[in-house]
Order: sequence, then structure tokens, then C-alpha cells
Amino acid sequence: MQTKFLMGNQAIAYAAYAAGVNIACGYPGTPSTEIIETFAKIRDDESYVEWSINEKAAMEVAAGASMAGARTIVTMKQVGLNVASDPLMSLSYLGVKGGMVIIVADDPGPISSQTEQDTRTFAEFSKVPLFDPSTPEEAYDMVFEAFELSEKYHTPVFIRPTTRVCHGYAQIALRQKTHHAISGFTKSPQWVIFPKLSYEAHKAIEERNNVLSSEFSHDHLNTIEGTGKFGIATSGISYAYVKEALKDLNINARILKISTPFPFPEEKTREFFDEVHEVLVFEELDPYIERHLLQVAATHNCEVNILGKLTGNVQRAGELSQESIHHTLTDFFGLGSINERVTPESAVALPVRPPALCAGCPHRGSFYIVKRATKGKKAVYSGDIGCYTLGNSAPLDMVDTCLCMGAGITMAQGLHRAEPDAYNIAFIGDSTFFASGITGVINAVYNQTDITIILVDNSTTAMTGGQPHPGTAQTMMNTTSARFNMEELLGALKVSFVTTANPFDIDGSTAIVEQALRVKGVSVVIFKAPCIQLFKSVSTVVVDAEACTGCLRCVTQLGCPALSLDGDKVKIDQGLCNGCGLCQQICTFDALKSKELM
Amino acid sequence: MTTTVMLCGVGGQGTILAADILAKTAAQSGLDVKLSEIHGMAQRGGSVTTIVRFGEKVFAPVTDPGEVDALVSFEMLEALRYAHFVKKGGRFFVNNEVIEPLSVAVGTLKLELDPLQKLNELGAELVDASRIAQNVGSPKSANIVLMGALSQALPFEEDVWREVITKRVPPKTLAANLEAFDLGAQSVRAQ
Repeated sequence: MQTKFLMGNQAIAYAAYAAGVNIACGYPGTPSTEIIETFAKIRDDESYVEWSINEKAAMEVAAGASMAGARTIVTMKQVGLNVASDPLMSLSYLGVKGGMVIIVADDPGPISSQTEQDTRTFAEFSKVPLFDPSTPEEAYDMVFEAFELSEKYHTPVFIRPTTRVCHGYAQIALRQKTHHAISGFTKSPQWVIFPKLSYEAHKAIEERNNVLSSEFSHDHLNTIEGTGKFGIATSGISYAYVKEALKDLNINARILKISTPFPFPEEKTREFFDEVHEVLVFEELDPYIERHLLQVAATHNCEVNILGKLTGNVQRAGELSQESIHHTLTDFFGLGSINERVTPESAVALPVRPPALCAGCPHRGSFYIVKRATKGKKAVYSGDIGCYTLGNSAPLDMVDTCLCMGAGITMAQGLHRAEPDAYNIAFIGDSTFFASGITGVINAVYNQTDITIILVDNSTTAMTGGQPHPGTAQTMMNTTSARFNMEELLGALKVSFVTTANPFDIDGSTAIVEQALRVKGVSVVIFKAPCIQLFKSVSTVVVDAEACTGCLRCVTQLGCPALSLDGDKVKIDQGLCNGCGLCQQICTFDALKSKELM
Repeated sequence: MTTTVMLCGVGGQGTILAADILAKTAAQSGLDVKLSEIHGMAQRGGSVTTIVRFGEKVFAPVTDPGEVDALVSFEMLEALRYAHFVKKGGRFFVNNEVIEPLSVAVGTLKLELDPLQKLNELGAELVDASRIAQNVGSPKSANIVLMGALSQALPFEEDVWREVITKRVPPKTLAANLEAFDLGAQSVRAQ
């Protein structure tokens, strides 16, 4: 058997491949992106893969394929499930034919997300079974089990890894690839949702989920280990932290590990309660297991004290860690300083280092130009999801709102209705525009709202590492499709003013933005320049130390990571500089010179 | 016994490749390995950390303050930011380079300490990784210099390190990277 050192997301893709997945689709989003990327790399001719334009599209593509008997996976991050929730909720009632596994990556912390929502809660809400891996190895194995379950009960099934599982690495023993033959679509009333069908399906789903709760209670995935009257209930990565902390503290505990939180394994829980009098629940995000333990205990009159997030014993927000579990346990057992760790002098106070737009990033120019064009005007800048959210930090300070994918364009309309005397400007990237910006433009045109949209088109999905989208015309099947021309598209949407501008031409593009601001109705300026991660630069900028007066205009106005202060002159990091030339344009002493690279 | 190594630096400095090489070296030496890294927004020039843990059986892929056997920092301020993770008697390798955070460069924040002096107080072992990388003709190989330094604190055979590096770096820069590794190891042995 071949063993490979793989990231959790890669392990999921390898498992999907080995399980004979015919169709894989998703929308990029940290921490889920590498699943589709890896699947595209390792797949063979029997399978199809795509980046869909958003999660709703991905869910529907997979649903259709599954109804025709294909094995499918759909991948997204947790907030992507909000977008895909409409098809999900109904698909739960219709069911599937070929196995359909929906992989939703949760992000406790959050490390790279807008929310700390819990997909386990979503599983319960949608009545769709869910597997919760605690390691990359488990994530790999669960893919096969999820497909079996999906095909046995004709239901989509969730797998919910969290960031530490998605981006954790482990050695994975790879299985042989199996072939899944597509049986084909059979016409039947069962695929058309109507109230009558939903009522019948609802009854069947509840019965099935009772059966599953019982099956899961006897499944090898949900385990009880250890002895004693003190119990710990846990799941996911928290299980690993618990194991390390118990080893460290030398505490005996009976551990209930829940790997299938929905339907909740009730009988297993009662077996666990048989021995324990007190239970601490360690889980990230919602107090999901805790609530279910309370429910089981109340229903069956179990004499057990359940402590966790609801009782204030465990932190409600953010990631858990070995340390936080260690603290909770030492507090709980009154261990005081017995196991106090030796920590060298605590962290020194340092200036923070948040992420920033890269040196040479075209978004810096776009923000700077719009800032100049709106100087002295009452203006509100609505941001959106992508690298350009980073335009909110000093010195650019050009993102006043950010809500969710595509919201910038529509929120600008609301802001404008409430305060018509302000200029309302929405920034949106190309991938986000295709994902969910277009309907917002139509809403603005239809309702005759006076806003300006700045479409920052860098020809990729940059924040998640550079995925293709309809504007790039490249597909995950290595084909080239018809390229969408943004100007034509916006023209077809009846936007009266659409112009493409260069984000590295400060004077020329400022004039274009000023013109757009004077337009009544919807105007769009497309700032078009590729992400600097996509190409190698041919020049850099160097400082003419004699001409530089140290006024620091370039440093303090642009916030470029390549620029810093060296004594009383500006220094340009030649490793970072891409020669974009913005700093040269704002230098009033002609002290910054281009240097061609070999 | 589980050994915990933490790599830290500024997004884009090559911590992810270095961690991959370390993890594969440990795996090839017959140990169970867990690795955890940060993707997404933080990679854009922010403060980043990667954890590699190895031993007979490893559960958790992440770590806590006071628990790290060897901290390798690609930059001096990040070294100070994570210094409290090093356990008593742990090793602490630091690339002798400062990258000013943007907040300091644009003047909204001030750097109120001398990083070199503070690192010396904390017992850091400074490595001239960026300069060595320049000298071997591959400026991007500073991460490999640091792996050379780290190799002196870990029980793995030099041949295994070299084999993993050979598989992992572009063939064009292989000679430079292997030299970078040797010089990194030497710089620690000389101290």
C-alpha cells in the first residue's frame, strides 16, 4: 500500500479519486480550496472537475449529476454553505441517486473567514447527516464511508473538516481506485419538489435519521475510551488536544468522541452516561454536542452534570488549544500550580504585522486613484470579499464596509438611498463579480440608483491562491472557454457609463474616475491589471539618494511593503519591488528611478 | 517523546517549503509527523507560523507557549513575537534580518526596542541566512540555510535531509540549496 504525506484537503481529494468520484465541483474559499485543486491534478479521464461560479451553482451541478447516478463531491468554506443553502435545503427532501458528499470547511478562530458558524448546526437544520474528522487520516477514511451512506440512504452527506484538519498534514495510506459506473437519469416524480412530496419526504427523513442515530451509536467512528466517573465529550481537532492535555496532566477520564454529530448517536451517549457523573464538553464553535448531551440526559433522566460553553466552563468563541483545555482541566480539578509550565519571559510588545496588499499590487493604485478623485467629497466606500479588503488599512483607508460576497454593490445602493448627498462607491473583484456581483448591478440599473462601481479586475481569484474564473476563460479541465469581456457584459446590463482604466496611471485614471462620479445613475470603472503573483516583473524602482529629500510622501501615502525608511532617505526592497511605478508618480523630487532587470 | 518545531516569519518568506522539508525528513526517518500551516489572507505579508511535530505517535498538530523544542524564525521581530513559545532549554535559531512592519514604515507605530539586544538576552542563535543565501547565488534559499542550522539540533541523518531537499527544490537551484544547507549547519557548529 502506498503511503503519502498529505494535507487534509489533499487527503480528501485523494479519497474522492479512489472512491471513483465522477464529478467534483466547488467554489474557492479558505480553508477548502486545495480539495478541488488537488482533485484536478490527480483525476483521470473518468472524472470531471470544475470551479463553479459560486457555491449555489456547485451544489446544483452536483445535485443534477447525482440524480443521474454519478458520484459527486462539492466543496466550499462555511460561509459558502450560506450561498448554497437554498438548493441544499430542498435537496435534502428530494435526495440523490449517486453518492453525493458535500465538504464544508469550518474555520474556528476565525483565521480566514467572516463568521464562526458551525456546519454541524447547519446539518441538523437541513437534516443531512454529517461526519466530523479529527485528523487528515480520518478525513480520508470518512470520504468512503460518506459515499456508502449516501448511496444506501439516497441522501447527500456532509463532511465537515476544520482549518486544523484541512491544513494539517499526516501520512495517509492510500487505497486502490475503484470505478463507479454512472447508471443514468431515470424520469420520476421523485425529482420534482412539491408540497405533497415534501410532507412525505419529511416523514421519511425523520424516520431515517432515527435509524441513523442508532446505527451511528454502534459505528466504529463514535468511541468511548478510558475509565472513571469523570467524562469528557469531544470531537474534531479538540479530541487531539484533549488527548495531549490528559497525558500531560495525568488525569483519568472516560472520553466520548463524537465523529457523527448528526444524527446524534443517542444510544452511545447513554452508554457513556452509565459510568460518568460529570462531563466536560470540549468542542469548537457552537455548543452542539453539549446541547445534545443535555437533551439525552433530560429525556432519559440520566444523573449527570454537563459542563461546557453553556455553563461558562469552556470559551464560547475562537479556537480551542491544548493550552486552553489544559487550563480548563487544571481549574476544574483544582490542580493549581502543580503542572505550571515553564514559560520563558512572556512575549515582548511589538508592532503588529497584519497582512497587506503586496508590493506592486494593482489594487493599491485603484484605491489611491479613487481616494484622490473623491478628495474633499462626502463619500462612502463599500468593500467586498477578496485581497482588496486589505485596502481598509492605513494609509489607504478605503474600505468602509465589508459584509459578504457581492454585498458591496448592493449595500452602496442602500447607503445611497439613506444619504443621497454622498458619493457611494463600491469596490469588487473580478471573481466576486462573477460569483455574486452581477445581480446587484441589475438591481441598481433597474432601480435607477446613483452609484459608482470600481471593478478591480486582476484576472484571477487572488486571495485563495489564483484560481481561474469565467473572466480568465481557463477551465479546470484545461480547456479554454469563451472569454467574458467585462465592458460588453456591463453594457448588456444597461450600465450607461463603463470605462476601463489603468491602476498604475494616477493622473489619467483619476480623470476617468472623476468623470464616472459625475454620471447620474450607475457608472463603472474597470481597473484592469493582472495580479502580481501571475507574472515576473521586468523592472524595479531604485532611490536616487541625492535627489531624495526624505519627505516620505511615497512611504506614507501608498503603504507599499517594499518602501521603508533608511536613515533619513527612502529605501526600496529590491526583492519585493515590482516596478509598478506608483511611487515614482507621487515623488515630487524625481528621486525614484526605474531599473530594468536582466 | 514528541518533538515540536515552530517556524515563523513574514508571509512569502518560504516557511511552508521549509516545514515540508522538515516534516518529510522526520517521516522518512520513521516517525509519525503532524504539520499545521496557515493559508489565506495571512500569507500576504502578515506574520505567519508553521508547526511541525514528530515522534512515535503525535495527536495534535499545533502547540502552545513554552512547549517548543526548537523555534526557527526567518525574521528578527517575528522571533521576538514568538520567543515565549520556546521551552526552557529549547533551541532558538533566528535569521539575522529585520523586515519592518508596514505600520512602522508608514510611521503609525514605533519600534521601541533593539531587536538584536533583546534576542541576545533571550539566548537566540543568530544565523546569517539571507546573506549566505545571497552568497550561494540563490537569494530564496535562506529557508534552506535555516534548515541546515536546525539540522544541528535534531537527530536526523544528514543524508536524509539532503535526499528530501533534492526531491523538493527546483533542479536548477539544487547545488546552491545543498550548499546553503551545509553553510547553515556549519554556522551553528562554529558557534
